[in-house]
Amino acid sequence: MSAVMITRKVRKWEKLPGKNTFCCDGRVMMARQKGVFYLTLFLIVGTCSLFFAFECPYLSIHLSPAIPVFAIVLFLFVLAMLLRTSFSDPGVLPRALPEEATFIEMEIEAANGNVPAGQRPPPRIRNVQINGQIVKLKYCYTCKIFRPPRASHCSICDNCVDRFDHHCPWVGNCVGKRNYRYFYLFTLSLSLLTIYIFTFDIVHVVMRSVDSGFVKTLQDTPGTYPFKVLVCFFTLWSVVGLTGFHTYLISLNQTTNEDIKGSWSGKNRVQNPYSHKNMLKNCCEVLCGPAYPSVLDRRGLMQDNLPIPASAGLPAIQGNPVPQTTKTTAPLLPNEHTPDDTKPSISDSAIAHAEKRSPSPKEEKQSTLHKVLPIPISPPTPTKVPPLASPETDADASVIIPREKTL
Amino acid sequence: MATEFHNLQELRHSASLATKVFIQRDYSEGTVCRFQNKFPSELDSRIERTLLEETVKTLNTYYAEAEKMGGQSYLEGCLACATAYVIFLCMETHYEKVLKKISVYIQEQNEKIYAPRGLLLTDPIERGMRVMEVSVFEDHGSSGSSLSSSVSSGGSTQR
Repeated sequence: MSAVMITRKVRKWEKLPGKNTFCCDGRVMMARQKGVFYLTLFLIVGTCSLFFAFECPYLSIHLSPAIPVFAIVLFLFVLAMLLRTSFSDPGVLPRALPEEATFIEMEIEAANGNVPAGQRPPPRIRNVQINGQIVKLKYCYTCKIFRPPRASHCSICDNCVDRFDHHCPWVGNCVGKRNYRYFYLFTLSLSLLTIYIFTFDIVHVVMRSVDSGFVKTLQDTPGTYPFKVLVCFFTLWSVVGLTGFHTYLISLNQTTNEDIKGSWSGKNRVQNPYSHKNMLKNCCEVLCGPAYPSVLDRRGLMQDNLPIPASAGLPAIQGNPVPQTTKTTAPLLPNEHTPDDTKPSISDSAIAHAEKRSPSPKEEKQSTLHKVLPIPISPPTPTKVPPLASPETDADASVIIPREKTL
Repeated sequence: MATEFHNLQELRHSASLATKVFIQRDYSEGTVCRFQNKFPSELDSRIERTLLEETVKTLNTYYAEAEKMGGQSYLEGCLACATAYVIFLCMETHYEKVLKKISVYIQEQNEKIYAPRGLLLTDPIERGMRVMEVSVFEDHGSSGSSLSSSVSSGGSTQR
């Protein structure tokens, strides 16, 4: 059966694998579950609105107008940091394209040698030396890459994230290399804001009680106190505690992930090779280091081929290089992954990568349409490179436009 | 037989992709972006060792400049923090400026050195800064076995 292909230009974010949601045509990138993020927004905006509405007028008259002004500045800063953390790319590593995945597979097979039938192949680990310490790099079966040091795979977002800290449902996104400083500043400024509002709540009640008595004060002011006091109280303990914890991590140049796993603790373990052994230097690196750009290029344009079934036998113009397998999706794996039951072979292709050109269910159909040269399932010898060619070059696969600045 | 290409356009339109070679990251100094200066054996017959090593060394210098932790990056960080990072929406960061320089450099290297030898260097940022991809092309009409990496059959093709 032949098909006519029409090509259309799409933004790369539409074809990105993983479980992120994108808004504003790829400018905003978040996790799928956003419910808790909306709750965070509601609590912050709600509490501050009540403060501005009911206490600020009294305090600005009886104490100083600087009080609400400072509160507004702090509130806007908190919102800016929250939105920056939630909407930006945390440092997602793109998945390996088929050629790279195959190259890595070959290297692994060459390193493992001949595994006797029935025996489990050894775990895929690469040892590297970092600042004099041996660090193990694990292989990610979903992304088909050896994870760089400090990267980890988030099972909620289904992406490998560089310098993965944790997935935070309160901000609705992962916290990684690119947005860690915004996350930290968010928790820090929110702590300050909570303490500020809590303090002035108490000052307000005390001042009014001095004027007109405590019971009358409670009767006069509307029933916002229970809500605000409760929110502030719980926020204080949790957010201030979290800020303290992250301050500790920053001073040691560790991530939450490393702390939980105990990567650098214990006598027999490796010492943290990333720490400068100086608290100030560690803080400067994490908070004032360079602003890393996103490697995802979400708003870049690419060609997308949509096959339209036609009666005439028109050959396809462009197509996928290696559509050899029926297995079109990599299995969904939790963070601490277990290898596939089937031995991964070269014919497995990383399905959804940035340069993917057609929807997945149609891939198998198209494999018969293209002049794909035969590709062996396993290499004859470890040293010989198996042919990966397609008749068409993929050099002009995507339209090259300047990379747009995104969060 | 010589596999010579005169420019990038000719490379793209008349050549077929034979294989891709990947230069991996060098993590010996931590998570800073650096690429290994180990010369891949598959390129032995295609390009002089010193040329590729020079390219990789220059790129490593660029990346080191982008990620340098010094007065300028601290100033930029503090200024941005003071404006709640709104300034990043209008201003180009130092890292982005260096990345632009890198892509110009790679384009230039491709035009001058790699395309005439039937190779194409891909900007590492297109591959998530994980690897530096070198695409090896074979001329369409040069030989029937255009799929193997046994390019040594071409004899001395270097200029």
